Amino acid sequence: MINPYLPYPVRIRDVRVATEDKSLRTFELEFINSEDARAFDYLPGQFAELSIAGCGEAPIGIASSPTEGDNLLFTVFRAGKVTSRLHNMNPGDIMGVRGPLGNPYPFDKIRGKNVVIIAGGYAVTTLRSTMIWLLHPDNRDNFGDITFIYGARTPGMLLYMQVIQEWEKSGQVEVYITIDREVPGWDRHVGFVPQIVEKVSPSPDNSVALICGPPVMIRFTQPGLDKIGWKGDQIILSMENRMKCGIGICGRCNVGPYYVCKDGPVFTKVQLDMLPKEY
Amino acid sequence: MLEKIVFKDKLDGLLDKLGREYGLFAPVKDGIHTVWTAVFKAGDLDWNFTNTDLSPKGFLFPQTECMLVFENDPGSTEGMILKQPEPEDRPKALFNIRPCDAKAFAVLDLVFEQDPEKPDVYWKEKRGKTLLLGLACNNPCPACFCTSVNCGPHHTDGLDILMQDLGDRLLLTPVSPRAEGFISDLDHASEKDIKLASELEQKAVGMIKGRVNMENIQAGSIIDVFEHSAWERLHESCINCGTCTFYCPTCHCFDIQDETSGVYGRRVRNWDTCMSPLFTLHASGHNPRGGKLARFRQRFMHKFKYMPFRLKGALGCVGCGRCTQKCPVNIDVRHVVNKINNN
Repeated sequence: MINPYLPYPVRIRDVRVATEDKSLRTFELEFINSEDARAFDYLPGQFAELSIAGCGEAPIGIASSPTEGDNLLFTVFRAGKVTSRLHNMNPGDIMGVRGPLGNPYPFDKIRGKNVVIIAGGYAVTTLRSTMIWLLHPDNRDNFGDITFIYGARTPGMLLYMQVIQEWEKSGQVEVYITIDREVPGWDRHVGFVPQIVEKVSPSPDNSVALICGPPVMIRFTQPGLDKIGWKGDQIILSMENRMKCGIGICGRCNVGPYYVCKDGPVFTKVQLDMLPKEY
Repeated sequence: MLEKIVFKDKLDGLLDKLGREYGLFAPVKDGIHTVWTAVFKAGDLDWNFTNTDLSPKGFLFPQTECMLVFENDPGSTEGMILKQPEPEDRPKALFNIRPCDAKAFAVLDLVFEQDPEKPDVYWKEKRGKTLLLGLACNNPCPACFCTSVNCGPHHTDGLDILMQDLGDRLLLTPVSPRAEGFISDLDHASEKDIKLASELEQKAVGMIKGRVNMENIQAGSIIDVFEHSAWERLHESCINCGTCTFYCPTCHCFDIQDETSGVYGRRVRNWDTCMSPLFTLHASGHNPRGGKLARFRQRFMHKFKYMPFRLKGALGCVGCGRCTQKCPVNIDVRHVVNKINNN
């Protein structure tokens, strides 16, 4: 019998400080047993419990794409007990990964459509995974135009800029990067994500938007999209709530009758509109 | 005819037979409380209890349960790698479990084994080797309302054998195939005894005066029930102590924690409670159920709206009445549900 609580053992392969304030680090994890890497069959949008023996578990979105190989990438904000311990761990250290958990973005359903990705702050992680996956030659032709709108407070708080510039150069994506306030030497957009979304004004025709960001960003992005004719079933959001089991049993991450861990974390705006705002 | 009869003073044969395969437990008086205790012979059994103070859920879902173990030594080759421990101890038989508590196990099967490919292994392992011999209620307790929530004083859901108390003897009805072997050599029950048992059931059902009505809760939208104006008034006296969740036979929310002592480390799960603000507190400090009303409402929404929604109509309540009996501020689940059911 498979034990859904038993993490796969992994070794930290690499740790990179991801932002100028050092509040985010990106961890590359390598499976100790190669058969576990095969069993860990995931798609962008899913998450995993990062498991540190003696400390606990934290649910984190998977930032790597399965098209990148067996190693997993997680960019982790130092917030609580487990993530603080993780920030003090080094390459070579042993930990665990339990997953993949939750549902990916609904790639089958959005086949053939234009994809508008809207990300704010470090919520961009699973959308990095999504972009890498969409741009892979096996998948790119199955989707229409791709637009990537991403903002952070300052240039130094933007994640993954190196790979984002590669997407830009490839000419396969329209990229809009923004920071909150003017900074000397910054020649891209300035302003909050919702303002940039209004400026870009992505067409809702045959399109879906994948949105991941802080609640305030989502709240202010919504009216802008409504105004230009986006409907609730075209807007796909990724939610988070406190979790423990990750498999819909322990009872804490529910939004109405749905567990974010098992039934989410991906929900459409239409689904969320019918649920209590307990997130 | 499957029903068997056994006299209470001749129960030792059955108990011996069970005892060879199972550790036997039954409700026994301990001062003013009725508690689950190991029993060995017919003389240990109590026939005048209403129900145990604590539900038997801890037999299958212990208050603290070791899930994983590890060697707490980063220097060791196998160190810091979590492993599943060997399942502990011999099978158990719960003798004289009440039908409501057995029904609660049947409800929890739907939760812990919701994913047949990947069930909760700790629940499933113990559930599979625990025998439930139920004792029907002839004198239901005053807080009981089992007949309103898909259960009843002589119900068999979740049981392996139903036992109906006819005074000096028990009428035994096998419910699951694995029970039959234990009672195959007992005498067949007479028509008269079967009729008597059925009369006792009618009488017990008639004694249950508590009612809850749920038609509007079930028919209404999630948002409508969630936003019902009565929550405001109903939640006021609740102190969020979590006593209800502790005693409830179907409350199953848990927390996972790691513990270490020297080189020994383990991951455990502990009963948790939706009444605690920590239950949903994000690491960021944000709390989606930060207020008392939200937590009070969650418990009832979970049992009477969310679980039926997820589990093909199964309620997260079996009507045992423990939450009502034990609540320090006299919140009565029947009153709450009936108020929310009124549009």
